[in-house]
Amino acid sequence: MKTRKKRLVEIYVWELPVRFFHWLNALCILILCITGFIIADPPAIMTETEANFSYWFGIIRFIHFVAAFIFFFNFIFRLYWGFAGNRYARWNNFVPLKKAQWKEIWEVIKVDVLMIKNKPVDSIGHNALACIIYLGVFCAFLLQSITGFGLYAKMSESIFPKLFAWTIPLMGGGLVAREIHHSLMWFFILFALIHVYLVFYHDYIEQRGEASSIIGGWKFIEEEIAEREEVEEKAEIITQAARKDE
Amino acid sequence: MKNKRLTIYEECQQKGISRREFLKICTTVAALIGVESSGIAQVVNALETKPRLPIIWLHLQECTCCSESFIRAYHPTVGNLLFDSISLDYTDTLMAASGEQAEACKEDTMQKYWGEYLLLIEGSIPTKDEAYCCIAGQSAKQIVEKCAAGAKAIIAWGNCASAGCVQAANPNPTGAKPAHKLIQGKPLINVQGCPPIADVMIGVIVYILTYDRIPQLDALGRPKMFYNRRVHDTCYRRANFDAGLFVESFDDENAKRGYCLYKVGCKGPSTYNSCGIIRWNESTSYPIQSGHPCLGCSEEGFWDKGPFYKRLPDIHGFGIEATADQIGLAVGTATIGGIAIHAVATNVRKKKLIENNEEEGDIL
Ligand code: HEM
Ligand code: SF4
Ligand code: SF4
Repeated sequence: MKTRKKRLVEIYVWELPVRFFHWLNALCILILCITGFIIADPPAIMTETEANFSYWFGIIRFIHFVAAFIFFFNFIFRLYWGFAGNRYARWNNFVPLKKAQWKEIWEVIKVDVLMIKNKPVDSIGHNALACIIYLGVFCAFLLQSITGFGLYAKMSESIFPKLFAWTIPLMGGGLVAREIHHSLMWFFILFALIHVYLVFYHDYIEQRGEASSIIGGWKFIEEEIAEREEVEEKAEIITQAARKDE
Repeated sequence: MKNKRLTIYEECQQKGISRREFLKICTTVAALIGVESSGIAQVVNALETKPRLPIIWLHLQECTCCSESFIRAYHPTVGNLLFDSISLDYTDTLMAASGEQAEACKEDTMQKYWGEYLLLIEGSIPTKDEAYCCIAGQSAKQIVEKCAAGAKAIIAWGNCASAGCVQAANPNPTGAKPAHKLIQGKPLINVQGCPPIADVMIGVIVYILTYDRIPQLDALGRPKMFYNRRVHDTCYRRANFDAGLFVESFDDENAKRGYCLYKVGCKGPSTYNSCGIIRWNESTSYPIQSGHPCLGCSEEGFWDKGPFYKRLPDIHGFGIEATADQIGLAVGTATIGGIAIHAVATNVRKKKLIENNEEEGDIL
């Protein structure tokens, strides 16, 4: 029998709302990319038919818009959870304000990209490099939503998309907005490719249950690292309390 | 008596236009600017009481297509009215006078009607070297600045004056700029299009004449009453768009069937203009009706959004021209290659990585 690493603890890293966001988001982006591709380059129909017999392109666009609304409000929910969620979901993970974050980014690059170091980084949630990339992804979400809803404003009578209409002239008109919207789709596709690969990679080299953690929420962490994390967390709570007392 | 300016109605009377005909003109005008029948009285009142509107029409870096469009207005009575009564005091290409006489005309109008005249600008203004466009010894920029100072309002005709049009297209050798980039603090209307539709041009002037104010504008300075809707939403081929029936090439069966031109580059979905409603040349037709996709000529920078017959623009500066899809596909393939290499490398150094992880573990 082969066994290893006996001293592991399980840590609840990804809370249910984070997992819910993750999978709903993935589904929405998948649907948005598929319908987006069809909108960008609809298949050729060469049989003789009349327009009033079908509405399929309208339906594809309708699916795109429904998915877009879900995508957007799911995203807003995740932003909210950045303030309400646990330490791994918190917004300050994603904004590299501390020196330690920059140091870790460099560490991760050394291990995972340059391959000049062999000891994986200890962080329990996202590593710092992942976090800064997610920051970029969130910005892309925002830009995709702004261009999308800005374009959508003219196709809708509801008030919500109209809130975005003013952004289109700033970009220089709908032609530019469409181009940005279309190009950003490729950003999402590239991100998804690398993202999925890296999940496998980390699961493989770190053996902490990276892949299953986004399904069940738990990760297996070495006791030592977990203890350090706990001390850190307590220290944070104490300093926060102290600050409140002042 | 000499100093008293005649009202438009009085001018009409002098020209022998009957009251009946005058009212007809008023009704046409009202229809053009979209007022309800109850608003006709207001138009009649305006034309009865208001003196003629002095106009200076400048021709800068342009091709004269705006003027060409203008003289083909559908409503000839209104056109006449504008030419004769509203008076084009200065327009280098159409006026009888030329040379010094023409310039004197302009000076005269500016002096006499300082603060009252309407300045119409056709064409863009070079800024890289002002010498690119000079008229009567003055650069376009100087002329515009001088004329704008005394204007009551300014109308920028067409894409040139509104957004720079073809002269401002990449690489913009003359540094061509639209009027609104050079003039501040004056009401300015961008009557977009390459050229704008004649009836739209006349509609805007008549609106100013009637209400003595400029029409409501959109965020790009275009009058909302003509540029509030997309060509796409007013297009008679729209049903084919929703049904997913597209022309694949200009000589295919689908083109004969009159399907939607989206896939051969129609920019109607992002273009705001009245082509689908007012149409061109006495409302005979418009590009899409003739089987040609919309180029987006009333939008900023439409020349650089080409090729005209492709849906999405080429992205310049990649050595070769490529669309977002080609670049995306190339980068995507490279990424997959990178992933494969990374995976192999990871497996090569697997021992080090994983053993490292297992330092404290037991392996039985
Ligand atoms: C991951 C997110 C998204 C992706 C990958 C995506 C992808 C695309 C693509 C590729 C197109 C075709 C563009 C073209 O070639 O002209 C498109 C069109 C469009 N998208 Fe998105 N989109 C996303 C999110 C959104 C959102 C949040 C909205 C907001 C309502 C939106 C609204 C639109 C609209 C209005 C169009 C134009 C459709 C038309 O003119 O019929 N999209 N999208
Ligand atoms: S021809 Fe152009 S404007 Fe008309 S429905 Fe098709 S895409 Fe829209
Ligand atoms: S159909 Fe489009 S390109 Fe053609 S004149 Fe109208 S707005 Fe301009």
